[in-house]
Amino acid sequence: MGLQAYLILSAVIFSIGLFGVMTRRNTVGILLGIELMLNAVNINLVAFARFNADVAGMVLTVFAICITVAEVSLGLALVILLFRTRRTALADHIDWLKG
Amino acid sequence: MSLDVLAFWAFAVVLVGAALAVVLSKNLFHSVLWLALALTGTAGIFLMLDAEFIAGVQVLLYAGGVVTVVVFAIVVTERLVGTKLSHTSRNVFRGALVATAFLLLVFRWITLTPLPLEKVAVTGDLTKAIGASVLTRYILPFELLAVILLVALLGASYFARPED
Repeated sequence: MGLQAYLILSAVIFSIGLFGVMTRRNTVGILLGIELMLNAVNINLVAFARFNADVAGMVLTVFAICITVAEVSLGLALVILLFRTRRTALADHIDWLKG
Repeated sequence: MSLDVLAFWAFAVVLVGAALAVVLSKNLFHSVLWLALALTGTAGIFLMLDAEFIAGVQVLLYAGGVVTVVVFAIVVTERLVGTKLSHTSRNVFRGALVATAFLLLVFRWITLTPLPLEKVAVTGDLTKAIGASVLTRYILPFELLAVILLVALLGASYFARPED
């Protein structure tokens, strides 16, 4: 398979993740969509790294995966905190800054 | 060659199907389990790209770590309110429109750009090369990553601390 196939697969996954982020009401659901988008980016990085025989993309992928894990743990801690204070996980209900 | 193509299509179908199930499932818990399948499918794609180490990291950190953490978060938050979390979608039409428009834009760019069809042959072990460059050329981002993980760990445990 050429590089094109991997890029198209990654674009499809990214679009599905984008759809999830835009349509989900639950904050955990939005986080899952972000996971899918980051995953698509990782596929792109590894595919470019392999087809150009350049290991830099794979190193970047390892870093990206680690940062994603940190992001998910922080995001979920925020979700739990929101649940404590507001008893809700719906993004529409988090509107304290609304004038 | 044909086995290669077959494996790619199998992984692609699993990956896209699981991703669609993640964003369309009515049950939040099922969404997370579908995400685990999607992440494992991505590990398969990484294996096809000769990135065994990345595939291992993917399965251990993503499919293992992230999914476990999300499941725990759902269980904890559901216990806090005592009801099932609602997991509905809104603006489905607008979301589909934007996602499709984005996909078409990227698709057009991908098809217009000349891209290599064959992988460049690599000599030696890719995992070894990753390890060597992480500890030489990319040592600074690697150390910064350790700081980020520590900060995230402290921040997460501070946010989610028990009420006093």
